Parts: sequence; structure tokens; C-alpha cells
Amino acid sequence: MYRSAVYDEPLLKELEEQHEKERYTPTAGLPSSLQRTSPVNIPNLDETQVMRHFFHLSQMNYGIESGIYPLGSCTMKYNPKICEEISRWEQFALLHPSQDESTIQGTLKIMYELERLLAEITGMDHFTLQPAAGAQGEFTGLLLARAYYEYNKDCNRDEVILPDTSHGTNPASASMAGYHVIEIPSTKEGTVDLGMLKKALSEKTACFMLTNPNTLGIFESEIVDIARLVHRAGALLYYDGANMNAIMGKARPGDMGFDIVHLNLHKTFSTPHGGGGPGSGPVGVKQKLERFLPVPRIVKKQDTYGFCYDYPDSIGKIKAAYGNVSAMLKAYIYILLMGGNGLKETSEIAVLNANYMKKKLVDSHLYELPYKELRKHEFVISCERLLNTKGIRALDVGKRLLDYGLHPPTVYFPHIVKEALMIEPTESESKKTLDIYIDTLLRIAQENPELVKSAPHNTVVRRIDEVGAVKNPILTWKTLEKPKEMTVK
Amino acid sequence: MQFIPNSPLKQAMLKDIKLHTIDDLFSDIPQKIRIKDLHLPNGLSQQQVEEQLRKLAAQNKSFCEIPSFLGGGVKSHYIPAAVKSIISRSEFYTAYTPYQPEASQGFLQAIFEYQSMIAELTGMDVSNASLYDGATAVGEAALMCTRINRRKTFVIPANISWEKKSVLKNYTKGAGITVKEVAYDKKTGTIDIEDLQKTIDTDTAGVYLENPNFFGVFEDRVDEIQKLLQKNQPLFVVGVDPISLGSIKSPGQYGADIVIGEGKSLGNPLDFGGSTLGIFACKNEYVRQIPGRIIGMTKDQEGKRAFCMTMQTREQHIRREKATSNICTNEGLCMLASATYLSCLGGKGIQELSAINFERGQALEKKITAIPGFTKMFSGVHFNEFVIRCTDAKKVHRYLLQNGVHGGLLLEPWYPELQNCMLFGITELHGETSMERLVSLLKEVA
Repeated sequence: MYRSAVYDEPLLKELEEQHEKERYTPTAGLPSSLQRTSPVNIPNLDETQVMRHFFHLSQMNYGIESGIYPLGSCTMKYNPKICEEISRWEQFALLHPSQDESTIQGTLKIMYELERLLAEITGMDHFTLQPAAGAQGEFTGLLLARAYYEYNKDCNRDEVILPDTSHGTNPASASMAGYHVIEIPSTKEGTVDLGMLKKALSEKTACFMLTNPNTLGIFESEIVDIARLVHRAGALLYYDGANMNAIMGKARPGDMGFDIVHLNLHKTFSTPHGGGGPGSGPVGVKQKLERFLPVPRIVKKQDTYGFCYDYPDSIGKIKAAYGNVSAMLKAYIYILLMGGNGLKETSEIAVLNANYMKKKLVDSHLYELPYKELRKHEFVISCERLLNTKGIRALDVGKRLLDYGLHPPTVYFPHIVKEALMIEPTESESKKTLDIYIDTLLRIAQENPELVKSAPHNTVVRRIDEVGAVKNPILTWKTLEKPKEMTVK
Repeated sequence: MQFIPNSPLKQAMLKDIKLHTIDDLFSDIPQKIRIKDLHLPNGLSQQQVEEQLRKLAAQNKSFCEIPSFLGGGVKSHYIPAAVKSIISRSEFYTAYTPYQPEASQGFLQAIFEYQSMIAELTGMDVSNASLYDGATAVGEAALMCTRINRRKTFVIPANISWEKKSVLKNYTKGAGITVKEVAYDKKTGTIDIEDLQKTIDTDTAGVYLENPNFFGVFEDRVDEIQKLLQKNQPLFVVGVDPISLGSIKSPGQYGADIVIGEGKSLGNPLDFGGSTLGIFACKNEYVRQIPGRIIGMTKDQEGKRAFCMTMQTREQHIRREKATSNICTNEGLCMLASATYLSCLGGKGIQELSAINFERGQALEKKITAIPGFTKMFSGVHFNEFVIRCTDAKKVHRYLLQNGVHGGLLLEPWYPELQNCMLFGITELHGETSMERLVSLLKEVA
């Protein structure tokens, strides 16, 4: 039976021995109005203590090398070590963003080539690498749309349409870019309802945002018609690239009719998620949108590379410097390793793995598959039957998986599936691992419901009082020092 | 194929699920848009890739090969090996955002520690778990001010970096916020207080001040500024270099409501300007309007201390278009590096480091201004960056470069009034020899 490492690891603050407060010696020469008068209240510990503290914390954390991590729409694939190692070479890591161009030719060449590699993979004309993550890519894409309409004096387009299966960042980004959001319901097949789309489209529509395959893992087979409808309304078609791992070498958003595309290098191109970043969300566009891309653009003049700011219609900057360059570098290395053939194989096996798991789970009749049969790299099953017969919810199944040392899938997303488990195994997992995951899910469905509902049992902590965390917020050591009812075991 | 273990099992797995070919899995993609292959070269071995990357790396000159005195907010600081060791642990760097708290207690506790230390340094009550960078933090701060007080102008000093201005413009466009600039005092390099007073009105949502500012100069009249804000009561947003906070007051002590900054300097390499770390902290009363993730301490069902993401109803995955921000992926690993860095240094270490940076900034400035033809542009006290005017900045830049030293940032392209001005920066990493080398080259070119 699996058991996670358990330490009663104190806070850094609690590791420090209590001693007399030292007197603070101010730095001479500072303006008196700004002079610090008391010591910085951060514990002074020895390196041994610090290392042990963070080492213990690391052991209470699940990473991709701990086991399968099948979070739907997150593409948690293995992160090759070589990408990490090379990205830390000092010729890459110790470069200042304002260095003279003659001293950064290697990195500029990598960025220049990466833009073109991504353009070939997606079928787009031009790329910017500046956005720091997928959501920032969306935001950038929508600012490009705004600039495009302003340029064309088509100023009444203030609506963004998206399906009810879309990622939460889509409406949030649209709203940040100043658009009203119109959500349209999906069909019984789990795909875009063309009738609803037609109704929603108007001379006010700026963009239709779509993920393809969508978050149910279903390919929008009517995409060519969708593109035609959107373009006929004078609007732009936006591609959320979170699910790009499903179709590399098989189909390209550019060929489907998408005008703007963002990718997540930290998903499809294997740069690690870092416990929540740094990511990288490059944005690709068709020719008509090129002039609006963020500056600087990377240009090639004969055999040298340089930055160019001379794009008067550009939206300017979306992030300091040029984006998360270390992530770009890792993605570049990954693409070289895989090549065109390897990326195609990646998508083929990612889709095979997902459909293999889906079939085994659905054939058991313990979980149901709402909507269409064939899925791409991910699929969403429902625990509704389990809830009705045994009172077991999707959340419980997820927590019980943790007892077996397996990371749960995404739960309760997309919202149109009741008791959803959204599973994306990726191409990184072996058949043996997939079989273990399937068997465990089947086993959980047949376990004593009380055992499942009270899971997890084998993890560092049991089920967490998240409501309490909101009601009584303890967000720093400081809050903790003000005594409340908090008891610590 | 490497990293795809089931490649050899394809046929067996297909048969198992009653399919014949891989193409059956893609039958839902219309033929019309199907492609046969990507027009890219085939994959390379790890050894081949490493060889190729060595050639590319050789076309870069790192800080180690060419000592650089570039300012502009980003500078190289020493990173203890312990920090690199911790962020290299794959349990941390390969993990996703901690959606499953029971399997992510380690990262969650580390974020809680980070939030605590940032709150301490900035003098704020709470910090979020990071934003993308210092520039987007300004944009998010402007949006947050408007959410809080419903006013529609955001006031910034004219002398913040052009990058921040551009990012801010993009972030505030959708919300219809007007950005107003306040002039700087041409003599001291600090904000022009009279102009600030004139600019603020009843529609001012927030006032942004950078300390030290983009010219490296300390804004020392913070008490006056705090006082003048009392009239119309806009929110007071302060941008910091976290390392300076080891020797100067925290913005919390002079009335800031929101404190932001670029946190890269805390344990993260230059990385050509990215990866970055946006610091974002505020007073307790505004916490429900903060953008990004926040970690809280709570209990598990047995009463044991536990950590989880909290106040998630602010966030995009719950609130969708009504979220406080669209941010999802943030800068988790950079945040972890900063938490480890601050733990390694401790309060004492940060104080010492801050003092060293200040003292070196003074020393280098004195050495440079002792050379005829090089003058200090602003009289205000600076931290570890300062603006120097010379007769021909481009010539100086080229001469230094030819001789293996990278000079300060040329300011003229972004500030036309700062003709022949260079923004120099120095940290604890610049040895005596590289400083002497810079000074002697400047003497030669003068």
C-alpha cells in the first residue's frame, strides 16, 4: 500500500531559536526619511536547517516523476532532463535583457527559429513569444483583435463568443481585454451548436474562442463551417492551444481557419510546470494581424539576428523583456529532440492512450461517457451513477486515487458534465501505468463507499477544511501570531 | 521514439480497443484539413542536440565572460547553490499548480512561507503567490485600484521604464482607465511633488511610485506624498526593488496600500529577462480584490495543520468573466527560488546584502564621476543604479564592448531628453577587478 512521506514540518519561523532581538545598525548615507529602523523579521537559519526544511517539503509534494499526473487539459508529460540542464548553462541563464545584440546571437537565433517551428506546427504565419502563460497569450490575442478592428475602423465589435466547455481563462481574458462575454451551450454531441453560434454572431462580434479538440476531448468536426460562419460575420476565430497535444502532425489550426492561436509551451512542448509556472504562451497569427504583434520582433539581417521596434501599429508590450526565455529554450530543445516525426508520434500515442483508457473504463459500466464516443488526447467520464447508487462523488474518487499513490484527474470540469473526471494521460505513460490507473479506478468504484468518501487516508494530511480557510484566513506568519482558535497538532 | 513508451505497443493496444489503425483515431478530423506530416526535420539524439546547443551557446556572452554594468531594474545577483539545489528537486519543478492540496502540501507550505516573507519585507498584510513580472504587476495594480474605488484614472511617474508604460497601457485599455504621467524633477531625478498634487483629483484610482525609481534614485519625500494623498484618497501603490528593502523602510511604513515589484533578483538568474517574478502584496482590507492565487493555512479533518489555495472565488476557474484577473499559471518555481533565497539569507543576510549594494552603488558612482567628462545626472541619493551623462554615450558603449566590458543602459532611445546618458547598475557580484577595469576603460575613452 502507498504511503506518502509525512513530516510535521514546522514553519521557517518556528525553526528559529528565540533569542534577544539584536540591535539594528542602519546603513550610513541613506535619506533619513527612508532609513530602516528595525531588523528585517525573517528567521536567521543555518543552511542545513533551510535545506532540510525545503527537502522535507519537497517530499510532501507530487511531481511528474512521482507518478502519472493525468490532469485534463494540463498535458502533464515527462520533462526531459536535458532541457533543464542546457537551460541552466550560464551562456543562456546569465544574459541581461539589454545586452548588446552582438553578445546574444545564440539566444536570438533560438527565438527566431522557435517562432518558425511553431508556425509550421500550427499553420500560422507569424508568432510572438512574449506572453508568459496561456492566459496571457489569450489576453494578447484579444488585444491583437482589438487593434485589428481599430485599425480597420470597425469599432463596434465588443463581444466575444465562446462555448460553455471553454477554459475559465477564456472568459476572464476576454473580460480583461474589455469584451462582453457570450457563452453558447453545446449540442447533445458535446460540440459547438452551429445554430446557436449563428444566432450569437453579429456585427458586434469580435472573436469566437474555441479549443479544438474541445475540453471534452472531442474534435470539432464542423470546424471548417464554423470558421466560415465566423468570418462571414466579419469576426476573428481564436484558437486556445491548450489541447494542441492531440493533433500535431495531423491537422493545423491555421488550416482550419483560425486567425489567432496561442500555445502553452509548458503543456505541449514539455517545459515543466514548476508548481504553477513559469509558463510560456506564444501567440501565432495570420498575415492580416502581423502588424499588431508585440514589439520587439526578432528579425534576421543576413547572418545576424536582432530586435526590431519599428512597428508603428504594434500593441507594444505585454510583458517585461521578451517573455519567459528559459521556457522557450526548453521547448526549442524538446522540438529538436522530437522532430516532425516525433511530434506526430506524440499526438498519435497521446490519443491512443486516452482512447485505450476510455474504452476500458466505459466498458466496465461503472463510469459513463456522456457525449460522443471518439476522443482525442483526453476524455471526460461521469461519476453520476456512482453518486446515485453509492453516494460517491467525483471528488471522492479523486481523493481515493491519492491513497494509491496516483494523482487524480481534473474534477468538475467542464461544467456541462455532472460529476466529471477529466483524464489526459499524455504519451509519456506506459501501458502498464495506464492499466494500473484503470484498475484502480474500477476498484475504487467497487470499494466500501465509506472508505472512499473519507479518503484520502494515506497522504500527509487528510481531507482539508477549505471552507475554514476562507472563513478564517491565515495567509502569513503575521496572521498566525495574532492568536485565534487555530490549534496546531 | 524517446519519451513515448507505448510506441512499440501501438498495434496491440489498437487491437485491444477494437481499432485497426492509428488513422481510425483521427477519423473525426475532416480529410480536407488533414496533413500527412509536419515539414520539420526528424528528431535528433540527446547527444546531437547537446552538440548543436553548445554551438549556439558559444554565440552568447554571459555575465561571466563580459562583466556588465547594465541597469534598468534587472541585475545579476549571487545565487546560493542551496537555492539551485532546491528548485532542481523534481517533486517541485515538475508539479502542476497545487489543485490537489493533499498531494501538494510541500509546495503549498513553501508558498505560505513566501507570502509571509514578502509581507514582512513590504510591510503589507498579505501577498499573493506571484504574478508574471514587475511590469504586469503595475497593470494588475491599476485594475485592482479601479475595482476597489471605481475611479478611472491611474497616475504614474513619467520616469518609469517605457516597457512598464506599454504593458500598463495594454492592461488598462479594456477597463477604460486613463493613465496620467507626473513629471520628474530634472535636478533630483525624483517625482515632481507639485505636479503630482496637480495631477491627482477625485477620479484618481491609484498613484504609483517607484522606490528606488527607474533612475536608481530614492524617492525620499514619501512622508509629504503620503500626506498629499489624504485629500483625494487614491490608493497608494509602491514599486520596490526587494533587495533595497533590507536597508530602507518598507512601503507599509509610509502608507502604501499595495506593494509590487520585480522579484527576479531574489534567487533567480537573469535568463535574458525571463523567467521573472511579479511581487504583489496589499493591506488586509483589499485582499478579496487581489489578483492571482493565495495560499491559506487551515486544518485537515483530524485537526492537523494543512495548507490549501484559498479565496478561489476571485479566480478565473470559478468566476470566469467576473474573476479579478485571468491569471492561471503564475511563476511558481521563481517564487520557490525566492522563498529559498530569503530563507538562506535570513533577515541579517538581506540587511547586509542591501547595504553592500548601496555602498557599491555609491563607490562606483564616485569613481566614474571623478573622471572628467562623466557627470552624475541627478542629485538624489541612489541605490545601486545611477544615471551618468558623458559626451558621446554610444562611443563609450562601443569602446567598452570592444574591450570586453558591457557599459550602462543607453537611455536616449526611451528618454530623448536624456541625451548621452547611461544607466549604470552594480551589485555584490561585481568584483573589484571588473570595477577597476570599467573605470580605467572609461578614463581611456574620455
